[in-house]
Amino acid sequence: MSTAFEHPTYNYKVVRQFAIMTVVWGIVGMLLGVIIASQLVWPELNLGLPWTSFGRLRPLHTNAVIFAFGGSALFATSYYVVQRTCQVRLFSDKLAAFTFWGWQAVILSAIITLPMGYTSTKEYAELEWPIDILLAVVWISYAIVFLMTIKLRKTSHIYVANWFFAAFIITVAVLHIVNSASIPVGTTYSVSVYSGAIDAMVHWWYGHNAVGFFLTAGFLGMMYYFVPKQAERPVYSYRLSIVHFWALIMVYMWAGPHHLHYTALPNWTQSLGMVLSIILLAPSWGGMINGMMTLSGAWHKLRTDPTLRFMVVALSFYGMSTFEGPMMAVKTVNALSHYTDWTIGHVHAGALGWVAMITIGSMYHLIPRLYGRTEMHSVNLIGVHFWLATIGTVLYIAAMWVNGILQGLMWRAINADGTLMYTFIESVEASGPGYIVRLIGGLCWVAGMLIMAYNVFMTVRRGEGARQPLPQTA
Amino acid sequence: MDNGTINGVIIILLIISFVGLTLWAYSKRRKPDFDEAANLPFADEDEPAPHHRQDSPTDRTARADSRDKQGDTNA
Repeated sequence: MSTAFEHPTYNYKVVRQFAIMTVVWGIVGMLLGVIIASQLVWPELNLGLPWTSFGRLRPLHTNAVIFAFGGSALFATSYYVVQRTCQVRLFSDKLAAFTFWGWQAVILSAIITLPMGYTSTKEYAELEWPIDILLAVVWISYAIVFLMTIKLRKTSHIYVANWFFAAFIITVAVLHIVNSASIPVGTTYSVSVYSGAIDAMVHWWYGHNAVGFFLTAGFLGMMYYFVPKQAERPVYSYRLSIVHFWALIMVYMWAGPHHLHYTALPNWTQSLGMVLSIILLAPSWGGMINGMMTLSGAWHKLRTDPTLRFMVVALSFYGMSTFEGPMMAVKTVNALSHYTDWTIGHVHAGALGWVAMITIGSMYHLIPRLYGRTEMHSVNLIGVHFWLATIGTVLYIAAMWVNGILQGLMWRAINADGTLMYTFIESVEASGPGYIVRLIGGLCWVAGMLIMAYNVFMTVRRGEGARQPLPQTA
Repeated sequence: MDNGTINGVIIILLIISFVGLTLWAYSKRRKPDFDEAANLPFADEDEPAPHHRQDSPTDRTARADSRDKQGDTNA
């Protein structure tokens, strides 16, 4: 981290820190995914130890990829975008540095406590209450830095990307604090303040909005800045982006009950969640079309620019998974898909295809600029990474579709006398080949991330060698 | 008022706000402002230009306008 690149106006130090950690945590999180995918193929790989068992490593994987990888990417890009589109330095360098070190402390706490078995058992909110409090403090600091920077802006407008980032930051603060409300019983154990079906509903209100705001709104903020920048043309329709923003945040809030179909949740709540999930298709596709159409007149750039290719394929996967999601939220479809690998496939179509791809595209645009360069060390290696990521995602989701439908059909198959046709273990055995294909897809992703790490390392090193100071901004 | 009535009122209010928002966003009066906002990512070019990106702010507005004529027919 040389001081040679200190920007005269902007705070790039914290952006560089988060950008580098995005790559590091990406490798760690995806490697954990490969380990647990291998455990499903070869169960002996849990080593017979509690700390390395699937049940403890799986939440570590989800926390690492969502909050460590995705979170670092969101911090990096939001701090960069808000400064450049508001043309002002971050509100407070000290508070921004606190969000970096605080966020890393939360991640390290997760890496220690989750394998030890300390968990609140709430999916995507497993961390115990002392870490939850730290997370809340860091997040509120993030909100202060981001919103105060907008307040200090030198431009008259607040660019649409900042609206998405702001909605993501504010909503995640509310979701995290409400969902994590619990009564501590010791330093490593707590009990939720909610009970029964209400606890489940609060949890999936949080859980689905973690998808809607953390993994969607935040990354749409990224999309609305980096796609126009990389395509070198303004967004297709700014008006559509405004309708997109308000429609998306108003509808997402109510879709959570589709995670609880055919449970103790009141039936009307389930149906309402289903209907609002279907409506959600409209704003989702509005955003996807807006991103895609930004390339109109610039499609030829895809031939030579693998970074732009990452972004366009991300939008394609976004469109695909936001069609698949509403479909799976339909109760009759959900009766087949729920609790099967189809859900895992759907999540990864969004997480790998959309979230990771748009992040990687944005990082390939961002990282050279943070180190005084205009291009990554090797554009060819970006191309290799692109194909590894695309093939890995396709293998992953295709394998999970096959497994999911297979499992759903086997579980519901009934003999003439009303008994179950298959035992559960028979459906597990039948899933074996799909698990191997999924593992290959995951290995493609880790290989791609390692290539990215090399490319980033070389870019940073060359950049530091060049030591050309950035020209003064206007 | 029972729950059903309240739900109905909320739905009507949401529909009105959605239609209002859409009309506001697509009104002709807002267009110059939105063109300016859409060009914000290009308003602070401090990096060494990749190839030829030395266009002035007026060029950029012109470009947004011409894009509008090509594809965005909602004006």
